[in-house]
Amino acid sequence: MTSSSLARDVAPKLEKVRRSKRGVDTRPLVWPSIGVLLVWMIVPLALTLWFSVLNYNLTDPTSTGFAGFGNYLYLLRDPALATALLNTFLLVGGVLLTTVLLGTLFAVLFDQEFYGQGAARLFVIAPFFVMPTVAALVWKNLLMDPVNGLFAYFARSIGLDPVVWFSDLPLTSVGIIVAWQWVPFATLILLTAMQSLDREQIEAARMDGAKALARFRHVVLPHLARPVTIVVMIETIFLLGIFAEILVTTSGGPGDATTNLPYLVYKTALLQFDIGGGSAGGVIAIVVANVVAFFLVRTVARNLDS
Amino acid sequence: MATVALSNVKKSYGDVSIIQGVDLAIQDKEFVVFVGPSGCGKSTLLRMIAGLEDISAGELRIDGAVANDVPPDARGLAMVFQSYALYPHMTVENNMGFALKLAGIPKAERDAKVMGAAKILQLEKLLDRKPGQLSGGQRQRVAIGRAIVRQPKVFLFDEPLSNLDASLRVQMRIEIARLHTELATTMIYVTHDQIEAMTMADRIVVLRAGRIEQVGTPLELYHFPANVFVAGFIGSPKMNLTPVVMKSAGANGATVVAPGGGEIFIPVAPTAVATPGSAATLGLRPEHLTLSDDGPLSGTVAVVEQLGGETLVYVEIGDKILVTVKLAGSGSVHVGDRVKLAVITTEANLFGSDEMAMTPLRRAPVAGKGH
Ligand SMILES: Nc1ncnc2c1ncn2[C@@H]1O[C@H](COP(=O)(O)OP(=O)(O)OP(=O)(O)O)[C@@H](O)[C@H]1O
Ligand SMILES: [Mg+2]
Repeated sequence: MTSSSLARDVAPKLEKVRRSKRGVDTRPLVWPSIGVLLVWMIVPLALTLWFSVLNYNLTDPTSTGFAGFGNYLYLLRDPALATALLNTFLLVGGVLLTTVLLGTLFAVLFDQEFYGQGAARLFVIAPFFVMPTVAALVWKNLLMDPVNGLFAYFARSIGLDPVVWFSDLPLTSVGIIVAWQWVPFATLILLTAMQSLDREQIEAARMDGAKALARFRHVVLPHLARPVTIVVMIETIFLLGIFAEILVTTSGGPGDATTNLPYLVYKTALLQFDIGGGSAGGVIAIVVANVVAFFLVRTVARNLDS
Repeated sequence: MATVALSNVKKSYGDVSIIQGVDLAIQDKEFVVFVGPSGCGKSTLLRMIAGLEDISAGELRIDGAVANDVPPDARGLAMVFQSYALYPHMTVENNMGFALKLAGIPKAERDAKVMGAAKILQLEKLLDRKPGQLSGGQRQRVAIGRAIVRQPKVFLFDEPLSNLDASLRVQMRIEIARLHTELATTMIYVTHDQIEAMTMADRIVVLRAGRIEQVGTPLELYHFPANVFVAGFIGSPKMNLTPVVMKSAGANGATVVAPGGGEIFIPVAPTAVATPGSAATLGLRPEHLTLSDDGPLSGTVAVVEQLGGETLVYVEIGDKILVTVKLAGSGSVHVGDRVKLAVITTEANLFGSDEMAMTPLRRAPVAGKGH
């Protein structure tokens, strides 16, 4: 029986049970909470939409009135938007790839029994508890600084020229910092998944002649497929909004090499005081996030079904 | 040809000793069952044979060659796990063909082998399903199929039927027994269900706390238990183990005093501990007790269980000492009746204060179960 036909068969019965037990319509009771959520969501959204069609610049009192799609057209024609979109996707994609790969690796490693396992697990989770601004500052000043940084010290000690991270590889540098913060999350989810893997399946695979790599490929990976989709979905939602790391390290530069969508909105609205333009950027960001979310949810749903 | 020999095999986790020196020789095509109470080390022993667990000390030989350090897949064994351990994302067909695929066997040959095994187990129609879409019994069959496909020298089963309901268990029991005749391979089967052991085994190995208590055919164990533990473990309903006191012992047998003061002469060869006045245990199978007006045991009927073809009567013969009596037919005994019980003394077992059996003198030896 498919789940939908099951639902069809069971639903009326449930309905009956519910009615007969309570005899009261319970829906009004949830309206207040739905109302609060709706207001919470709708008001900012409506304001953003409203501002995005206004000529509204804090530095220019003469710029008033209805702009129509002017703000959108301006933004869409601005090459900065295309760059910001590209940067957003590169950042999200790169960090996702890194965190899933490293997360899987750590999950498999930390699932083994070894001395000091508990402490090691704690350490691998630790970056998650560091605030984004602090993390970015630590990386920027202590690790990646071309003069005083640890990486530069290592590079010099083996006779290499230190990498000037935020000038030469700005987007990669931001990506490294963000990945460092999100690997613990992926590790945590995937480690939990590893622990729910039936040991006897691994043993059966051993008896079937599967060496370590084959066991990983044929038993562990399929088992991790679902948690990986969950990790990808949740991380994507957060990674679309990366901001603090960029502000602290590169301020979107050099040029607009590290300007992603949220940062572009910030630059427009708060650095150029163009509320209208910033709101339009925000609306575009919402659309992008929703498109991405739609496809993600669909993929995940399909994955969970099978 | 596939023999398995264990000599002084031991297993310990840290300083906890789990298997304490097991010696066992398993013949080709033999169906050997490991039984014992939970935690006695049956699974551990089986997993050591499979290669999933290291052998701490001693020697394992498969077909005469030392196999202690041979990896599991190279030992030529196949194992059926209690949880079935099917690969959930693979179809039945791929589950069964996985080992062959890893071994690099061409698709056509693989399909033929999988189909062959599927036929034996009536799985042809299920080949495209995933394990999640199968019933418990079907999953069990796939797990066995996965083992068959590899054409192993020895099959290992770890409580394969314990997750099935009673009637399915009986059915699968028969199927595995049939499979054993059909495939003519050595099988080692772990269970804590003594009925499974009795019905399937060529030989039973009774384990307790990491030691072998007795090895023998089901009937040998039933009729000649080596000690109190085996006597109590094998047989259903259980053997009555009644505390008695030795009165006298001679070359022809021993006389004991049962609870209630009745004296019984048992034709066994007394052991050194059987000194007059010492404690002993009298082992009486329920079917070797009869109602009789001049029997040496007497008591009150506490419970009567009517099974239709036979009746189990529980008689309290002393303070908190119940003995079970199996009567043919639906007897006319009632709760509260005072009854006297007679003993078929040639079938009675007597265990000394060391819990070891004294050899029965006038009992026919059981016929060996040949191949
Ligand atoms: N990894 C381990 N570390 C320490 N002790 C263990 C380990 N694995 C098993 N044991 C112990 O070894 C003993 C034997 O376990 P085993 O699984 O072989 O029992 P079993 O006879 O199969 O019991 P059951 O009928 O319940 O399956 C148990 O007392 C168990 O606690
Ligand atoms: Mg076990």
